Amino acid sequence: MISKKYLYLFALLLALLGIFTAIMRHEQTQIPFLASEKKDVWMVEARVDFKAQKNTPITVNLSLPEDTLGYKLYFEQSVSAGYGFSMVKKDGIKRGEWSIRQANGKQTLYYKAQIVQDFTDEASLKHTEIKFDTKDDILWSASEQIAAKELLDLAYAKSSSNITFTRELIKILTDLQKRNDSSLLLLKRNYINVLSKLLSEAGVVHRISLALELEDARRNQSLTSVIEVLDKDEWVLFDPNNKLQDGDKNFFLWTRGGKSLIEVEGGSNATVNFSMVKQNMPALELAKAHFDESGFGIFSIHRLPIEEQSIFKMLLLLPIGALITVFMRLIIGVKTSGTFMPVLIAMAFLQTSLFLGLLNFVVLVAIGLLLRSYLSSLNLLLVSRIATIIVIVIFLVAFMTLIGYELGFNTGMSVAFFPIIILAWTIERMSILWEEEGAKEVLTQGSGSLLVAVLAYMAMVNGYVAHLFFNFPELHLIVIALMILMGRYTGYRLLELRRFREFKNI
Amino acid sequence: MFNFIRPSVLKKSGILGMNSRNIEFISKYNNRRLFPLVDNKLQTKLLAEEYGINTPKLLFVVQYQHDVYELKEKLKNISSFAIKPACGSGGKGILVIKGREGDGFVKSSGLVIGLEEVTRHVTNILAGLHSLSGDQDIALVETLIEADSVFDDYSYQGVPDIRIIVFQGYPVMAMLRLSTKASDGKANLHQGAVGVGLDIKTGKAINAVMNGEKILIHPDTNHSFDSIKIDNWKELLLLASSCYDMTNLGYLGVDIVLDKNRGAMILELNARPGLSIQVANSKGLLSRLREIEKVATKRTNVQKRVDFVLGFENF
Repeated sequence: MISKKYLYLFALLLALLGIFTAIMRHEQTQIPFLASEKKDVWMVEARVDFKAQKNTPITVNLSLPEDTLGYKLYFEQSVSAGYGFSMVKKDGIKRGEWSIRQANGKQTLYYKAQIVQDFTDEASLKHTEIKFDTKDDILWSASEQIAAKELLDLAYAKSSSNITFTRELIKILTDLQKRNDSSLLLLKRNYINVLSKLLSEAGVVHRISLALELEDARRNQSLTSVIEVLDKDEWVLFDPNNKLQDGDKNFFLWTRGGKSLIEVEGGSNATVNFSMVKQNMPALELAKAHFDESGFGIFSIHRLPIEEQSIFKMLLLLPIGALITVFMRLIIGVKTSGTFMPVLIAMAFLQTSLFLGLLNFVVLVAIGLLLRSYLSSLNLLLVSRIATIIVIVIFLVAFMTLIGYELGFNTGMSVAFFPIIILAWTIERMSILWEEEGAKEVLTQGSGSLLVAVLAYMAMVNGYVAHLFFNFPELHLIVIALMILMGRYTGYRLLELRRFREFKNI
Repeated sequence: MFNFIRPSVLKKSGILGMNSRNIEFISKYNNRRLFPLVDNKLQTKLLAEEYGINTPKLLFVVQYQHDVYELKEKLKNISSFAIKPACGSGGKGILVIKGREGDGFVKSSGLVIGLEEVTRHVTNILAGLHSLSGDQDIALVETLIEADSVFDDYSYQGVPDIRIIVFQGYPVMAMLRLSTKASDGKANLHQGAVGVGLDIKTGKAINAVMNGEKILIHPDTNHSFDSIKIDNWKELLLLASSCYDMTNLGYLGVDIVLDKNRGAMILELNARPGLSIQVANSKGLLSRLREIEKVATKRTNVQKRVDFVLGFENF
């Protein structure tokens, strides 16, 4: 065993190394230590995948975003080995063109953009006239014509301008869609096309555009169709599926007026996926960190593709949860079921939200325990019993997501983020614990796990913590140092002071 | 609820904490390589037989799932027995059958169960339900221990056992564990069994606790613990102490039962014995362990070690 003195020295060295590297990085790249709340910078990445045809020149043409209300394009870049890239304007629409003489097999092209969320600057937005196809491929029958007229009259009566008219129309249509009954107009038709047709009939100048819904640390997203309505020289954006138009979603316009998103010549099966991360730092400093080709600039997570960055954003928080688990178990003496189960639960909470996550977890485990007690009477072998519980848990998750959706919690209700296998094991372990040690022990361990999970969640959700550990990964050396120190702590745990309370009288 | 004690008081009483136990004793004195000797009851049993140490008799083992179907045949002439997982811990997964009633098996609680339930229990053991690591396990079928009648007044069902902590071969602390109605016939303190601290030199009761609180009489039988004194105490110490030579584990918990017919037997060994024994004894382990650390040498035999403890004034 290494003596304690060397251990302390080692831990100290690690911590110093971490701090020193962090300071160096700060000096070189100007990344601030404290997350400034000034601006949200979105790193958006579009990934184009397609299969190249042999021996033909390839041209890939992707529609690219421009400055819109509230968002400014700060920096853009294409990463694609061997391809030539240029940006062209076609019919007033900005497009990126990749070209190569020949290529084989699966091809991947990246387009990255930094978008600064900025609502202060309004002057730059002028009504830019773009020719767009008024898609009139919907032909209505006589009865549908009447239904449409009715809808339009209804919306017209309740509105005062193009804006309010569109809002009312969306409200009526979403209601129809939800009820799923008299939606004669929507039958077998694309919802957005019907909306567009109705607006055309009412003489409202509008266009269908594709927008990216900005959400932090998302991957494999696709674009959503939105409706833009012209009102006094300004295009106003509507989310066609949100009847309240309460604007809690951030839409970033990607391509306007129904132009195609991607065209590939000499290739097939083209798909476009979007990933994004939100960063909370001054745009200038961010750009510096990004461009710097020396030292820390190269050795930085910011250089990874955004898709990987969003994974790391989560991954780099995990040690904080682990640290808290170590602290709670070794110093406080809280009993948890499964050593690092609480951290995984906390990660799940990050994806849902604390209250819904807790509710889901408790309900899932409770129902799981009930069903498990039935399973035990079926006399199954352990492996198949756990496998059965896994399936049950998946069903429960699906069921709860449905209920949540009906209740209107559809955003935070993604229980699917819960580690299913871990949940299944938790249920199994708790049920055994129940049989052997009684309900009290189940409650102790269950609440212990939840307590640790909630604390870990609170630490991980903290903006400062996330900022520090994502931008300065070397700070994890300090985490390791702390873990090492706690790993050799031989003093009493806090709860042991209660356990041995009888010794007070000696 | 918020009844805490100051750490300095605990330290003065020489109480061993969990972290200290794990770092300064278990990982220092118990070689990982040797753990299977005690974590696997089959290995312990075979080893004990090799050293001529008394343990409950092994009737047969069930190792593979298909052997489960022979249970009926194998159990035909055995009226009472205990089924244990080889790698279980803390008394988990032990099924005690004290007799037969027609086709049924009578559990220690008096409940009658069918063969299917016994089979299911064995199946669960084989699948690793009770094993420490969750790996596949072996089921041991042993003769049932018939508890010595000396403890009849102090035990509610179940068999009382004596836990002795042996440090580097020296017995340092002992307690008697008595099952209660609340512990469901099990002798584990955290399940509500009574722990009676025993004087390591004499085997006399010192103090009794249940659920961490001091008690004076057994909650089910209402007998006072004062009169408890274990006979042939030195024999028990010798038995416990010899387990050190058998396993080479420096920090060891030895569980001994007193059988009516066969006398003192090793029930199981534990390489991570719990800390409640200190509460039962109203004494801290740490100070005793430190005393032994000062005097222990590799080359002393069992007899000398036990004699040393019996004459040691600091205990």
